[in-house]
Amino acid sequence: MKHNKFLDNICLFLVFTFLFLPILVIILFSFNTSRLNIVFEGFTLDWYRELFNNTSLLIALKNTLIVAFVSTIVSTIIGTISAYGLKKYNFPFKRVVNELLYIPVVIPEIVLGISLLCIYTLLKLELGMFTLILAHISFSIPFVIINVRSVLENMDPNIEQAANDLGANKFKTFFYVVLPSLVPGIMSGAQLAFTLSLDDVVISYFTAGPGSNTLPLQVYSMIKTGVTPDVNALISIMLLIIFALLMISAIVNLRKLKYEVTR
Amino acid sequence: MKFDNKIFKFIFIVPVIIYSVFLIALPLLYIFWISFLKNDSYGGIINVFTLQNYIDIFADVYIKIFLRSFLIALGTTFICILISYPFVLAVSHKNKKIQQILMTLVMVPFLTNSLIRMYGFTVLLRKYGVINQILLNTSLINEPLELMYNTFGIMIGMVYTLLPFMILPLYSSVLTIEKPILEAANDLGASKWQTFKKIILPQTLPGLFNGSLMVFTPALGYFFIVDILGGGKIMILGNLIKNQFLTARNWPFGAAISVFLILITSILIWGYKKIGGKMDDLGGM
Amino acid sequence: MKKVIVKLENFSKNYGEKQVIKNINLEVYEGEFLTLLGSSGCGKTTILRSISGMDKPTSGKVYIDSEDVTDLDPSKRKVNTIFQNYALFPLMSIEDNIGFGLKMKKVPKKEIKKRVEAMIKLVHLEGYEKRKPKELSGGEQQRVSIVRGLINNPKVLLLDEPLSALDLKLRKKMQIELKQLQRKSGITFIYVTHDQDEALTMSDRIVILKDGNIEQVGTPEEVYEQPKSLYVADFIGEANVFNGEIIEKNEKNDVVKINNDVNILIASSNHNLGEKVKIVVRPENIKLIKESKTEKNLCGVIKEQIYDGAFTKFIINIDKLVIKALFIGNDKTFKVGDNVYLKWQVEDAIVVGK
Repeated sequence: MKHNKFLDNICLFLVFTFLFLPILVIILFSFNTSRLNIVFEGFTLDWYRELFNNTSLLIALKNTLIVAFVSTIVSTIIGTISAYGLKKYNFPFKRVVNELLYIPVVIPEIVLGISLLCIYTLLKLELGMFTLILAHISFSIPFVIINVRSVLENMDPNIEQAANDLGANKFKTFFYVVLPSLVPGIMSGAQLAFTLSLDDVVISYFTAGPGSNTLPLQVYSMIKTGVTPDVNALISIMLLIIFALLMISAIVNLRKLKYEVTR
Repeated sequence: MKFDNKIFKFIFIVPVIIYSVFLIALPLLYIFWISFLKNDSYGGIINVFTLQNYIDIFADVYIKIFLRSFLIALGTTFICILISYPFVLAVSHKNKKIQQILMTLVMVPFLTNSLIRMYGFTVLLRKYGVINQILLNTSLINEPLELMYNTFGIMIGMVYTLLPFMILPLYSSVLTIEKPILEAANDLGASKWQTFKKIILPQTLPGLFNGSLMVFTPALGYFFIVDILGGGKIMILGNLIKNQFLTARNWPFGAAISVFLILITSILIWGYKKIGGKMDDLGGM
Repeated sequence: MKKVIVKLENFSKNYGEKQVIKNINLEVYEGEFLTLLGSSGCGKTTILRSISGMDKPTSGKVYIDSEDVTDLDPSKRKVNTIFQNYALFPLMSIEDNIGFGLKMKKVPKKEIKKRVEAMIKLVHLEGYEKRKPKELSGGEQQRVSIVRGLINNPKVLLLDEPLSALDLKLRKKMQIELKQLQRKSGITFIYVTHDQDEALTMSDRIVILKDGNIEQVGTPEEVYEQPKSLYVADFIGEANVFNGEIIEKNEKNDVVKINNDVNILIASSNHNLGEKVKIVVRPENIKLIKESKTEKNLCGVIKEQIYDGAFTKFIINIDKLVIKALFIGNDKTFKVGDNVYLKWQVEDAIVVGK
């Protein structure tokens, strides 16, 4: 089938321009000599130096990363064992549990945010890192479960029985045979959990406390008064790291693809 | 041995039960519960049953906010569809390698925080922002354009933030169309538009509904986009709820609006399931 | 007296409302190749799974080597299973797959390596040690899965239609290989299949199952030559079936009246005078002749002649009855449309009751 390549490329160009424009602007202004993010006046690296003196910004970055890593690890572990448990075992109200798990996926984040805020208040939990991480864990778990489950569905059930037959108990079967097979699902679940955590604004807005300011919340509070260029610098560095990580994973994926094609 | 199996089962099902009960069911039930209570003037809750919160929802001011929210969400969904179709089709015409690179690139901005990207837009869109500067300097306009602090700005922000949620499911459903089918259609003399209407559209319908659901519902609640790009003059459901909980401190009324939002979501999900949508597709990767 | 290695005692299994195994008793002898044969849904796999422990019987007991294992976990039973789809661990190399059982038993690494090597040699897969299962052909994968079980020196190896995923030629080859492996190792094989050819060529004894009941147990010769029921006769090999009635009982023979007023002789049976019986005659035992000297031969018309290289098969119509006859080589004596008479030895007519 003939496609109009020219139109295709224009379309791709426009969409990617749209997607990357706000990011490119931030990167551009991180090199701007002017303190105001309005006109590009000249090139400087000052803001990158200044960044390391801005303790509140660095703390916000640290918090963001702690929340993302801890919530990803915890939700990946809980999500993985839950996906397996839900597949293997029956228990009372299993159907209800299964339906409940979709709620964080489909409900507007704001509802999840305020409902967690309410329950924290009810339980007299002081808002801070703990409540923030707990909130992130709770919206990530279903995504991990769904991704692990999709791999689990395609797994040959005989493999577990074979391991059991060859003398492995349930624990050994899980760790030697099941878990390695689930790695692709676990990885994409973890990646999704990490992305969601980094991207989240709404739920963090309601569940973070004075001591747990994250980068987006910090930027949010600065927008009205004016964002300083060192924030641009920080975001640029983060973007660079994310971009590098993504490229590595893309290259790995491509290798795998190549391997499968040539075999 | 029997004992071992019990421990194993315990480890594998107890966390998910605790999680779904204490972090999903209870918080939502609690919201439901307080939506029927009264609030006192100090921001507290009085244990008196009332339906007043639900009656208040139907006041003119709020009805207007609801309508605006729906229009913005609907418009966002529609624009996302219009952008996503040509985009995913263009991507699908490339070879496998390039497809993978392009789809990874779609995810890159997604990996930076959405609020930070909104901040990037303010730099671009404000009165003397980058876009207006360029247009003024090239003398295409004489007066700076009003690109934000209005519905236009909000729509840009919404479309931008939610576009990946439309692109991803649509892309995976486009992948299910087999090339020979398209070639056959072409061979049989179908025009591009006919091919789209008769083959591509029906095949991608599940992805389209999935994407629409994942764009429409969040669009009702993204208060920060409206805050940043709408300039505080415009309100949607999300801002209303946020204000009731944090500024006005009328939790019961905020809860009632949340219940209303849950209701809308449930109806949409019901419709999605009715047309054969799979719940797992909503959270897959 | 042969030693009983597996015993099923009053064994029943229900899936929900449905009873798939109906109170059977079965003894498997040490070192034999026993086949559970039956069409799908007859319960053969269920029996296998309860010996391995993957399914528990609803009632009854399972003994392995005189030990009651009814409630024992599969990991603790001294039997291993070979699965239809091989069920190799996809992410482990071939040697890790084969050594898995020993690793679970905490056998020292050095010994595992030695024994894995021996197993790989046994099935001629040298050089494949580091490969992943996906990189092997179906036949190779099946060999791996068989030695993955054998390496543990099980009391019994349970094989669940292990060759059904292979193409015909490879299947024939693997049948011989399997039989040789069994003889060399001396391990008891319990083999499940729906393929009667496979059962006949490989087994020491065959158990024919129908709807959760045992129809007949016997050596391949016994079940082929002396089927106890029409079902067995029909399931194992091809069978021509005649309905008849015993009209005379002599010292050596019974006389059976079959359709068209033709009377035939059969060996003395334990059926009574006047009883309705079914007579089975195998196609290869039927001879065709052009003219009949006696009155006792059936007469029919050749409708079809099928030549498949080694054999020629005739389809003969006698009124509404369709009879098959089989000859070695390319038989050109008869052609389609010929009137022929059917003849067979008295002992080739088998009575299978009603």
